[in-house]
Amino acid sequence: MDALLSLKKLRKYYATQKAVDDISFDIARGSIFGLLGPNGAGKTTLLRMITGIFYPDGGEIILDGKPFDAVNDIQKIGYMPEERGLYKKMKIGEQALYLAQLKGLSKADAMEKIKYWFKKFEMESWWNKKVEDLSKGMSQKLQFVITVLHEPKLIILDEPFSGLDPVNANLIKDEIYALAKKGATIIFSTHRMEQVEEICDHIVLVNLGKKILDGTVADIKQQFKENIFSIETEAGIALSNSTAFDIVRTEAGKTLVKIKEGFRSNDLLQQLIAQNTQVVGFNEVLPSLNDIFIHLVEGTHANTRAFQNVQE
Amino acid sequence: MNKIWLIIQREYSTRVKNKRFLILTFLMPLLIVGLIAASAYLSISGVEQRNIAVVDPNGFIKNSLKNTSQIKFSFPSNVDTTNYQKQGFTDILILPKFDGDKKTDYILRSKKSMGLMLQESITNKINSAIEDQMLQEAGIHQNVLDSIHKASQFAELKAYEDKGSSSKESNAGLAMSIGYASGLLIYITMFIYGTMVMRGVMEEKTNRIAEVIISSVKPFELMMGKIIGIGAVGLTQFLLWIVLIISLTSAAAGFLPADVQHQVASLQQNNGQMAGGMMQASESAVKIYNFQHTISTANWPLIIGCFIFYFIGGYLFYAALFAAVGSTVNEDPQDAQSLMFPITMPLILSYLITNMVTQNPNTPIAFWASIIPFSSPMVMMARVAYGVPSAVSYWELALSMLTLIAGFIFTTWLSGRIYRTGILLYGKKVTWKILIKWAFKKA
Repeated sequence: MDALLSLKKLRKYYATQKAVDDISFDIARGSIFGLLGPNGAGKTTLLRMITGIFYPDGGEIILDGKPFDAVNDIQKIGYMPEERGLYKKMKIGEQALYLAQLKGLSKADAMEKIKYWFKKFEMESWWNKKVEDLSKGMSQKLQFVITVLHEPKLIILDEPFSGLDPVNANLIKDEIYALAKKGATIIFSTHRMEQVEEICDHIVLVNLGKKILDGTVADIKQQFKENIFSIETEAGIALSNSTAFDIVRTEAGKTLVKIKEGFRSNDLLQQLIAQNTQVVGFNEVLPSLNDIFIHLVEGTHANTRAFQNVQE
Repeated sequence: MNKIWLIIQREYSTRVKNKRFLILTFLMPLLIVGLIAASAYLSISGVEQRNIAVVDPNGFIKNSLKNTSQIKFSFPSNVDTTNYQKQGFTDILILPKFDGDKKTDYILRSKKSMGLMLQESITNKINSAIEDQMLQEAGIHQNVLDSIHKASQFAELKAYEDKGSSSKESNAGLAMSIGYASGLLIYITMFIYGTMVMRGVMEEKTNRIAEVIISSVKPFELMMGKIIGIGAVGLTQFLLWIVLIISLTSAAAGFLPADVQHQVASLQQNNGQMAGGMMQASESAVKIYNFQHTISTANWPLIIGCFIFYFIGGYLFYAALFAAVGSTVNEDPQDAQSLMFPITMPLILSYLITNMVTQNPNTPIAFWASIIPFSSPMVMMARVAYGVPSAVSYWELALSMLTLIAGFIFTTWLSGRIYRTGILLYGKKVTWKILIKWAFKKA
């Protein structure tokens, strides 16, 4: 795998918490990567180390083949934090220009790119308005533009869709795909699992500062499948438990069954055929990421993460 | 470096373009002039009339207690403490019979208590009347006394400083007012611009813009950019004030009658004497000349140079501390109050010391307060006004400047360390203990 970003045994301890505790993973160039985890799992700390805001206590970050250098690599990264931040009283055009120049763009270059993006998102009339005049969704769009303006190789989006209506959410989603196609790598941090399933190629789940899951969305679903199948029968003939399967539940003409240990899907079909039950639909039901997330996180007291003693 | 420059530009231009800045810059001098005029007017018009009955068994005091615009003295025969108000007097002054060197107090009973200044002037008048009386009793003739009084009235102390071979006129009153004014100005601006830095930092933190910017620049660059940008705003404001004051005073001078202007110019050419053959200078021309002459005795290049240095040094010293406090605030600006206290305390204390030092520039406390960087910007300005090296030696000035430079480097370093932790930390109530921990923990 051609990794744009590799984290190796990354650690960051606070006085009362191991915020990030020995986390390693790679992110492929041009992929859309999902960083998942419950509140307080250590996601923000992890992202802040990748963006150079925090120095790790241990471990290594390799960006684009070289050890991460916070001062010079900043230009390669675009970071949209979870809590949006803009100067409320500053004019939008000036603000975009200022933040782009802070990323190292020349004034002329920044101006050209801002015009391109403002046109694309139909924001041209905003130039002389102030941020305090914008709605939440509008300022979200502005924040997104500011994040990607300097064409970073690595774009980090922390909850990019919160507060957006479906039309604008799609606008941004399409832009994320387009950026990935052009070669940008995107880290996408969220709690919204349906978005992750839809957008991400690869995910990592962190909890209590540790990585507990790492893989492609398809692989992970396979890994956590519970051998549940959905059977649709003609004229809604009711099924009953058999040696090969147990019925989980019935809904709208479909029956969800769990195949027992030692049996395979064809065994189930054979039994049904033998009973002369007419099957119209048959498919495997994979767990949603949401289920997997809840399954893994529940019971770890992640929602009430206790303070620990940290000894180094 | 380039990025710090961008931040400085933003901090500067957003503030200078702001309407509040323009209003403050142009209204402040007018406001100050207006306040002075108003208080002068009130002090003249606001004084009540006093009608004082004097009970004097001696008789000779009557000549010395002359009526003024405020006080009317009467010497009725049948007034005492029980009936003076009924007879229309506001006060009654009862003098004892003077007898040799026995000292007995004068007694004043009033409807409403009398101001200290007025009491003092009445006491002085009585005392000098008694003195005159005693001198006359000792055999000095009235005419002699009168001529002595007349001759002594215009004498005043003219002090000179000796510097090697040359000597220069010095003026303690002027030094005191320059020292006081520049100390006060530094005190006010430390507060105004220090809290401006603090509010700027708080705004960035509570708006969460800090996180966006800190993913582009180092926290230290953001903090320094803000401090320098706002400092530049302060200097711009001073510059505009100076221009404004100079143009206002020269405009006012232009309104003087032509002959007065001419006389002032002539006085200037001839060191205070009118050129031979010309008519006597008018009173107002002499006053203007005296004022200009007094102002010119101060070493202005030194004072302005020191003022700029101590303004910048003191500002950097305190602004960094204010920035650190701003970075610790969460959502509630009230949080800043308790943390600000240890910063505002030395500021207020320094101002009080400055008041003392304007009168006595060479006490040990003045020396130490002008070396310690917490107070040196104000206190040293008060001392420098008395002259270098006559009041403050060169090594003292150099030491004070060096400790101030070292001081602001230290506070900037310390605040930078607090700031970089505080600016990204939310939801934690910060105490001074925690701040100290942040300042000295490893990176």
